[in-house]
Amino acid sequence: MTTYFNEMFQDGNVRSPYARLEGWTRDMPADLRLAKQAEAEALFRRIGITFAVYGEGGDPDRLIPFDMFPRVFTANEWAKLERGIKQRARALNAFLVDVYGRGEIVRAGRIPAGLVYQNAAYERAVAGFVPPKGVYSHIVGIDIVRTGPTDFYVLEDNCRTPSGVSYMLESREMMMRMFPDLFRENRIEPVDNYHEILRRTLASVAPAKCDRDPTIVILTPGQFNSAYYEHSFLADLMGVELVEGQDLFVDGEYVYMRTTEGPKRVDVIYRRIDDAYIDPLCFRADSMLGIPGLMDVYRSGGVSICSAPGAGVADDKAVYTYVPEMIRFYLGEEPILNNVPTWKCAGADDLGYVLSNLGELVVKEVHGSGGYGMLVGPKSTKLQIEQFRALILANPGNYIAQPTLALSTTPTFVDQGIAPRHVDLRPYCLVGERIELVPGGLTRVALTEGSLVVNSSQGGGVKDTWVLAE
Amino acid sequence: MLLSVDHVTRYEYDRPVRGVVQSHRLTPTKFAGQRTISWNVSVSGGTMGGGFRDGAGDWVQAWSVAGPVSHIEVRVHGEVETTDLAGVLKGSRESVSPEAYLRETPFTNFDPALRALGAAALSEDILSSAHAMSASVSAAIAYRPGSTHAHTTAAEALAQGEGVCQDHAHALLALARSQGIPARYVSGYLQSSNDGMAHEAAHAWAELNVPGFGWIGFDPANQCCPDERYIRLGSGLDAQDAAPIRGVSRGQGIEKLLVTVAVQTQQQ
Repeated sequence: MTTYFNEMFQDGNVRSPYARLEGWTRDMPADLRLAKQAEAEALFRRIGITFAVYGEGGDPDRLIPFDMFPRVFTANEWAKLERGIKQRARALNAFLVDVYGRGEIVRAGRIPAGLVYQNAAYERAVAGFVPPKGVYSHIVGIDIVRTGPTDFYVLEDNCRTPSGVSYMLESREMMMRMFPDLFRENRIEPVDNYHEILRRTLASVAPAKCDRDPTIVILTPGQFNSAYYEHSFLADLMGVELVEGQDLFVDGEYVYMRTTEGPKRVDVIYRRIDDAYIDPLCFRADSMLGIPGLMDVYRSGGVSICSAPGAGVADDKAVYTYVPEMIRFYLGEEPILNNVPTWKCAGADDLGYVLSNLGELVVKEVHGSGGYGMLVGPKSTKLQIEQFRALILANPGNYIAQPTLALSTTPTFVDQGIAPRHVDLRPYCLVGERIELVPGGLTRVALTEGSLVVNSSQGGGVKDTWVLAE
Repeated sequence: MLLSVDHVTRYEYDRPVRGVVQSHRLTPTKFAGQRTISWNVSVSGGTMGGGFRDGAGDWVQAWSVAGPVSHIEVRVHGEVETTDLAGVLKGSRESVSPEAYLRETPFTNFDPALRALGAAALSEDILSSAHAMSASVSAAIAYRPGSTHAHTTAAEALAQGEGVCQDHAHALLALARSQGIPARYVSGYLQSSNDGMAHEAAHAWAELNVPGFGWIGFDPANQCCPDERYIRLGSGLDAQDAAPIRGVSRGQGIEKLLVTVAVQTQQQ
């Protein structure tokens, strides 16, 4: 029987960060709780924060469930997490600059050449190019789980366009609106300056040719994208234009945005479109979403693209296993945050182990995301395991496996009252001239009893995440 | 050898388009086998955009043309002094790892027939393997203009047993890469002559990476390695990636393409 670390209750006692929440829930009448939950849902519905689920059909305007019970970290816990996250973001960016440059880490034999250069996310088109300030991944989303009082593991890195930060901001907004007293009784670090830091980060990587206050835009694939709400939300907060490919065009050495007052030069593009689609002249010729000629302007220093094309080579699940090596190699430091031990099915020994222990392991696709195409051994039927075995055998290199982690739980409002549910954490680290992150992140919660899959596409919900001031 | 190039690409649109953006790889590569005497590229009504040397050492130059416009002419004129280096790309400056040229693309996927040809030509010595692969592509695909089109894949060309230089190059890339030898597509020019060989003045061939030598050119269409009759422009994973001109027009006009190329020996 696995035991799970409960972040609020230990041996019948309430852990200190949650001390003031005990009374809050004890004193809250059931009807008030239901009323508040309905209020939260109505507010989310009104602002239109919904999440379309890929590949499942159903209601594209489904609300992502919001749980009112906050998840809390002490200042000390956060200080360690913050150091670990920043360390990782630095190493990932150093790796990207290196593998598009001299490739020292490959030459030194610390990571296999094929894993880097034959990676589908490695963009030959940007080899030899160093983006402004040497930053490839400007928003690094690092998924972290907790298994004990001081035990944290990084599940995966997201170096391209991690989503979900709007939920972090909206959850806080919602809690402050519904429970202002809680924010007087607890000293909670603010997160509402995220958009200011994001704007400052993007401005700090404007191209050298830009000699004025840079014009920033957010490039979205359009309103049918599942994260469209977030794109427009961030554009509003930062006071920048939200554009689609057709709103931008290349003329001479620069990119321009069509406006009612005529063309306006654009200096920094925060893109939420995949590499393959951003420029039909460089990548997929059939892309209708991109801007023809954008990559030539980018590579000749006329515009910055965040994250930089090619950043994806740092965050696939096979490269992930080498991040601790990156930290040692580039920074000369020991990793502050642990990696989850990972078996790579590409190797015969690892494959053998994985196939013999499928019932105990979590198996994931190397390029998968969103909780799709994965097997959670202990939660699967024999039939599901056998079906997955066939998939792995057909293409071993496409899979990695990890032990099933005992994800921590936090109290969560459920139909029967309050019960522990498993959670993870995605902080958003911003990398420009400086490396910054707001205290906290997005806590995702697996609302189904016993479930360890927190992805919103798999029925997970979100919580407000508190970091207490010293 | 002193070669002169006159290359005109004319795009005609049946209805005026609102604008055109192009990306060119139309500048001779800097390497020991060629020295540029003069070189000029112009685009009618065009504005020169950003230019840069990419990681493979190619000069990439952007152009844009503001519409409405019903035709565009890209003119290339220049002179290059060439030296026969037996295909070896000596003295080029590049930073891309050869391992980046091992992947399949839609044009070069490892069809079982291509893979089998590659395996049959593979021996201990990579240089001998490269020659054998090039020879087997020459033997398997007859040169026949008009037998294929711009989107024909290596597998299709092999299956029908005929093609043009683009198909030969794609097939050789698939053979080499399927056996773990890095290979890339090269576009350039070839001196025109009337000796009955497969001369296409706007030409393409392949380069394979051979330990100890670096990149070596192989031209299966002409059963040789590039010599002083060749001018090298740029490279990529396949014909689309290495295209001398990639362009997109905004508007509904249907495009018609007219190309003339002359590559001739100048008296020294």
